[in-house]
Amino acid sequence: MNVSKKELVTIHNVDKIFKRGSEEIHVLGGLDLQIPEGEFLALMGPSGSGKSTLLNLIGGLDRPSQGSVIVGGEPIDKLSERKLASWRARHVGLVFQFYNLMPVLTAQKNVELPLLLTGLSRSERRKRSAIALDIVGLSHRKGHYPRTLSGGEQQRVGIARAIVTDPTLLLCDEPTGDLDRKSGDEILDLLQALNKEQGKTIVMVTHDIHAAARASRTLYLNKGKLSTEAEE
Amino acid sequence: MKYLYLIWSNLKRKKIRTILTLLSIMVAFMLFGYLGAIKQGFSQGVDVAGLDRLVVRHKISIIQLLPQSYESRIEQIEGVEEAVHQTWFGGVYQKPSNFFAQLPVNPGEYLEMYPEFLISEAEKQAWLSTRSGAIAGRKIAERFGWKVGDRIPINATIWTKKGGEVTWEFDLVGIYDGAEKGTDTTQFLFRYDFFDEARQFGQGLVGWYSVRISDPSKSAEIAALIDAEFANSPAETKSEAEGAFVQGFADQIGDIGFIMTAIIIAVFFTMLLVAGNTMAYAVRERTNELAMLKAIGFSDGRVLGLVLGESFVLTGIGGALGLALAWLMVSAGDPTNGALPFFFIPVNYLLIGVFLVGVMALVAGILPALQAQRLRIADALRR
Repeated sequence: MNVSKKELVTIHNVDKIFKRGSEEIHVLGGLDLQIPEGEFLALMGPSGSGKSTLLNLIGGLDRPSQGSVIVGGEPIDKLSERKLASWRARHVGLVFQFYNLMPVLTAQKNVELPLLLTGLSRSERRKRSAIALDIVGLSHRKGHYPRTLSGGEQQRVGIARAIVTDPTLLLCDEPTGDLDRKSGDEILDLLQALNKEQGKTIVMVTHDIHAAARASRTLYLNKGKLSTEAEE
Repeated sequence: MKYLYLIWSNLKRKKIRTILTLLSIMVAFMLFGYLGAIKQGFSQGVDVAGLDRLVVRHKISIIQLLPQSYESRIEQIEGVEEAVHQTWFGGVYQKPSNFFAQLPVNPGEYLEMYPEFLISEAEKQAWLSTRSGAIAGRKIAERFGWKVGDRIPINATIWTKKGGEVTWEFDLVGIYDGAEKGTDTTQFLFRYDFFDEARQFGQGLVGWYSVRISDPSKSAEIAALIDAEFANSPAETKSEAEGAFVQGFADQIGDIGFIMTAIIIAVFFTMLLVAGNTMAYAVRERTNELAMLKAIGFSDGRVLGLVLGESFVLTGIGGALGLALAWLMVSAGDPTNGALPFFFIPVNYLLIGVFLVGVMALVAGILPALQAQRLRIADALRR
């Protein structure tokens, strides 16, 4: 099935080197990856293997030291900071492990945040954020502040914020890492539904085999290299 | 405008800290406005001093007297149109703290020299025809509740009457207004002929002269001519522009402008540290949130703008409240109960206040804003 689909993400010969003082740390080396449109990809690997770094490169949150990252035909590693920010706003939805909601804003206002970067009117922004909250099943909690929501509910708000602009790509960094099993399952159900019913392309970094099992493909990252099998 | 809600919500995050910072800024700008009014009270005389008027005083000191006969000699000097004399009476009305200027003058020529003192023709005539007559400025009359027809007793501290009597009684025949907001309406003026005849000593002597000149651009040359006229006499003169004279008079108390400016600078410097510290904390404790904003598409410039916006809103509200409070306090009256001849906040001073609000907001917010702008998303999200 995937063969017939267009590649959404193409990563070619990517190196990522971090500098710590005079020391160079090679996190990713000569990495290649293609992600077709509509795929739900899980990235697994031990801590420090470069999973989040890879996710950051795909989402334009960081730049490769070498190689190219092309998303939706756009070589994002070549974009200026300003253009890259604008590209992220239009094409990427991010879901974080610790939700990263603004505690001073209600659920609805948190969801509205990415819409501030669009030319939408206030009423249109409100309408769209209400739809996003409805999708994640939190319409009844829209006026609540994050501190009054459970972890699972906060992550749902995080997902609503990620999908409110209808992005091409949904990037999730350990979305269930801070949740109990039940809440984690609900979040995974939601991500699966977004992938299957709305065709969202999802890349999810996880340590959890149970979570990775929900994805349509799982790749393992170890010592900066990708493989289809976990290393012993 | 759509970001205002976000800015406002961030300011509400630590309510007590925001309120305390706001109050500090408010106090700073209240002081700025209020001290500005006091400074203006001392300097307004300089601002409104006539450009075409010189003041001629004794070369040694203003308290040394000059002969009245100098008046006609000054008027004969080329470039001089008219000269009038004034003398410091220095009396006490009811109690020493009731300070105001009392000057014996020649009514007709004095009012001609100072057209900014507005008085009705009837009151002028009454003054000319009443030897014990006096006129008072509107502000001083209101301060003491005087009205035309009142008899005003003033105790002399310098000029006792013949026979040693200290109490002088004057008939208030008029109240003058100022042509401009800055005109001094705290003077009490009475007739020199009445004063000269009744005083125990010093007949024929006056305090200083006001001199109108035909060409203000030649004031230095004319002043030099006047001083040359009386050189090597027992009473040599020092002539200067009226503004310089008024400034010198005010400087007897101290350099009020410098003192006020020093206080204001100290207050603002402290406030800058307080506001800057608040902003720095506000950014440091939100590193993760700012990184999230950048991750979802807020550009570096937008994040910089948001942090600066907070600084501007915080300082703007504090500054506006402070200036408004100063305005209200100044409107309630001057703290000396009328001893200051002028007490108001000039519009240009308020505009400087608004400008300072902007400067303070910018200086307090720029470093934290730049710090937020330079945040690297991937690094900051890990914190």
